[in-house]
Amino acid sequence: MSTQLPDTESETEAVETEPTESLPPAQRARMEKKAEARAARERREREAAEEEAAAEENTVHLKVFRYDPEVEGKQEPRFDDFHVPFEKGMTVLDALIHARDTFDSSLTFRHSCRQAICGSDAFFINGRQRLGCKTQLSDLEDPVRVEPLPHAEVRKDLVVDMEHFYDQMEAVEPFFQTNELPDGELDEQRQTPENREKVKMSTRCIWCGACMSSCNIAAGDNEYLGPAAINKAYRFAMDEREGEDVKEHRLNVIEQEHGVWRCQTQFSCTEVCPKDIPLTEHIQELKREAVKSNLQFW
Amino acid sequence: MYEHDVIVVGAGGAGLRAAIAAQEEGADVAIVSKLHPVRSHTGAAEGGINAALREGDSWEDHAYDTMKGSDYLGDAPAIETLCQDSPEEVIQLEHWGMAFSRDEDGRVSQRPFGGLSFPRTTYAGAETGHQLLHTMYEQLVKRGVTVYDEWYVSNLAVTDEEDPTERSCHGVVAYDIQSGELSGFRANDGVILATGGPGQVFDHTTNAVSNTGDGVAMAYRAGVPMEDMEFVQFHPTSLPSTGVLISEGVRGEGGILYNAEGERFMFEYGYASNDGELASRDVVARAELSEVNAGRGIEDEYVHLDMRHLGEERIIDRLENILHLAEDFEGVDGLEEPMPVKPGQHYAMGGIETDENGETCISGLYAAGECACASVHGSNRLGGNALPELIVFGKRAGQHAAGKDLGEAEIETGQRGEYELGEVDTPVEPGAVGGPGVEDEATGDDATADGGVATESDAAAVGGDDVLERAVETERERVQELLEKDEGIQHAEIRADVQESMTANVNVFREEAGLKQSLRDVREARERYEDVFVKDPSRTFNTDLIQTIETRNILDLAEAITLGALAREEFRGAHWRAEFQERNDDEWLKHTLLSWNDGTPQLWYRPVILEGEEKEYEPKIRSY
Ligand SMILES: Cc1cc2nc3c(=O)[nH]c(=O)nc-3n(C[C@H](O)[C@H](O)[C@H](O)COP(=O)(O)OP(=O)(O)OC[C@H]3O[C@@H](n4cnc5c(N)ncnc54)[C@H](O)[C@@H]3O)c2cc1C
Ligand code: SF4
Ligand code: FES
Repeated sequence: MSTQLPDTESETEAVETEPTESLPPAQRARMEKKAEARAARERREREAAEEEAAAEENTVHLKVFRYDPEVEGKQEPRFDDFHVPFEKGMTVLDALIHARDTFDSSLTFRHSCRQAICGSDAFFINGRQRLGCKTQLSDLEDPVRVEPLPHAEVRKDLVVDMEHFYDQMEAVEPFFQTNELPDGELDEQRQTPENREKVKMSTRCIWCGACMSSCNIAAGDNEYLGPAAINKAYRFAMDEREGEDVKEHRLNVIEQEHGVWRCQTQFSCTEVCPKDIPLTEHIQELKREAVKSNLQFW
Repeated sequence: MYEHDVIVVGAGGAGLRAAIAAQEEGADVAIVSKLHPVRSHTGAAEGGINAALREGDSWEDHAYDTMKGSDYLGDAPAIETLCQDSPEEVIQLEHWGMAFSRDEDGRVSQRPFGGLSFPRTTYAGAETGHQLLHTMYEQLVKRGVTVYDEWYVSNLAVTDEEDPTERSCHGVVAYDIQSGELSGFRANDGVILATGGPGQVFDHTTNAVSNTGDGVAMAYRAGVPMEDMEFVQFHPTSLPSTGVLISEGVRGEGGILYNAEGERFMFEYGYASNDGELASRDVVARAELSEVNAGRGIEDEYVHLDMRHLGEERIIDRLENILHLAEDFEGVDGLEEPMPVKPGQHYAMGGIETDENGETCISGLYAAGECACASVHGSNRLGGNALPELIVFGKRAGQHAAGKDLGEAEIETGQRGEYELGEVDTPVEPGAVGGPGVEDEATGDDATADGGVATESDAAAVGGDDVLERAVETERERVQELLEKDEGIQHAEIRADVQESMTANVNVFREEAGLKQSLRDVREARERYEDVFVKDPSRTFNTDLIQTIETRNILDLAEAITLGALAREEFRGAHWRAEFQERNDDEWLKHTLLSWNDGTPQLWYRPVILEGEEKEYEPKIRSY
């Protein structure tokens, strides 16, 4: 796994952000001392609670990646162990929430919908990109290792920086474009059920970033648009409601140097996508479309 | 400090629509949201969005169904606006490329939904909300609207006149979750709250973990009344283990409910002899729990929802997402077995009191979406009516904030015009105690609006910047206090206790003793909250801190829901009371309002507006 930690210099700045910065030195020193004492006590408390939980029968052993650029003693990346009581139907997200709420409230991860639709809890779980909320503990080998998404910069614990992912998504003009709308204000554009079926899978992306994180090409070429963004382009390029000229334009966008031609059909994105989007297939199809449209010019 | 014309708080369906509308009016708009827009809970909506689009249907019929479904607690001007505007708004989404399901002729499909006299629920498979949210976010990207994502808004900058209807809002205080930087956001023309539902008040809910009622609590503390909070919708079909929703679309397509004895109880026990499974949500939720309470539940907890007879093709075509949910979260294959379901908290009919233009009684402060109560749902929301609400009222709020003339609002807000004060016998004194973030009466700081400017100063002479600065200062102190405090109680404990008490006592069935117990529990939680502390000392992504602040909001909302429920001595819509089994139109055709009164809720009422543009809606008995 290549977990990317931000370089420490910029992080020192983050520590300095107000309002701590604006505090009088004495107060600041007091806060820092408190934080230290607090950290030590917490460690003891957590270890005690942990021991108790580990002694219980039916527990799951989590090994969770930890890193906090700001807090003394947490700046070195490490793994923390949590023993969480197991109940049937429990997901990795449930276990993380339990660990946070009972053992260590500083354990940090994104999550919201807990039903595989918000895309915020993609982690590297037992060596694979998965959504925490959609992954049953019973399907995993113990101990369960939970790490942040590889190939993304870690902000804290399991939280990674998504900016790059968002930038790539935006690079493909991810919005519907059409020159012709029906005349009547309340008239819809017609779309055949078949065409809707064709784009359906591509519209399901929840922007979780799992595919991008699993892609070797994206790891080596930071400018590569990546599977999610190309899939987004597919979603519009294949929609019959956008005209031919727009489609031409879209194909040009994804044909650029760091576009579809970088894909080496390794299928890792397709394997990890929690929404079962046939990403590799979509990329291949766009390659074919691009060739076809180029041919028309000769 | 950041500065924009219009600031939208929240980036779900309502927030995005508001931002687009304000931008189209020429305003410089920014969205501030604690989640990245595509992570908002609107993405979880499944079943569909109502709009009268087809021959044989009309907005008038839609309005009639909505009023009837509301059990006559909706305000006609708001309902009529919703039904008149939603066709155009839904077509607008189509023109923006939304991937609706399609009929053979290429037009968008519509399906039947509970309580509707026409199959007018337009949908995109069983993932309508996801498609809607993404379509609107795409438009936002296209327009280049500024988004501050992962910024938590914790306070409003509102002036502090004695009378809330004379106050004005000048911005918000937010902090960057990534860095902990706390900052003021100046809104020159208006702030629009679109912060979504309060599902986390309950422990069994279909809502996201982030749905903690922040906007409602902030507006309340700034002086805007909370309206009709007792009306909480419990959806009849959520998965028992997680609360994950199984869309009403399943029943719309013909899914059937069975009890443990294999009886189709909606018909056989006569809960809704005409409509069966397609009766309104409140009716079905009560029927299910009655079955469970009568010993005919499965594992004493739930009933079965069966869709196998619909056939694989139809299921995959229209309800595919349901198969995934049942499989992933309950381990059940919906093609082979019935799915276990039980009622779960789902939607708040009540919220921030607004008029049909989205404006609150504080000038420059707007609300739209689930956090708002323009009174379109009354005491019971019809399925498929929340999504049109987001876009219709999101748009109106955006336009109005940006200066467009939408005409004088017919709905009055704040304590003006016709209203009566209410009283209720409570076992403990609700409301204010000290503690972090709670206005401390002992300090003599009688600022009624959090973060306002003292009353003595002539508000006109005080610039919006000062109001904002002071709000930032208040917030800085509160956060500092929470972080500096070294020991005490953690929010998770308090939150869990309140959620449990609410689920036990203020659920589908409500009794006086339970309601009073819940008020006591909330009071106790408030007292414990005085001692709350944040363990994580980090400023980077401190979710401990965020959740601690959210928990405070949950307390305010839990109390309001319970108080309203205790006060309302009748049975209407989603509000069932053991002691009062009749709808009492003579006394209770009125909205419950709660105002921040130095932290102690003041209860008052305003009559329902049943007079529409052309006709007056006559309360009729709801029968199914
Ligand atoms: C599972 C489910 C299924 C549903 N299905 C349907 C359906 O089929 N049809 C229908 O009509 N309705 C449905 N509903 C209801 C409807 O989806 C919701 O009422 C609606 O989506 C709420 O949208 P919203 O824009 O008001 O809020 P949300 O989408 O919840 O957005 C809230 C936004 O506010 C932000 N926010 C919150 N607090 C803060 C803060 N303190 N600071 C900064 N930002 C903040 C969040 O980040 C988020 O962006 C469903 C609801 C659920 C839960
Ligand atoms: S394509 Fe799949 S894996 Fe990639 S971001 Fe979208 S949902 Fe996640
Ligand atoms: S919590 Fe939303 S996808 Fe997992």
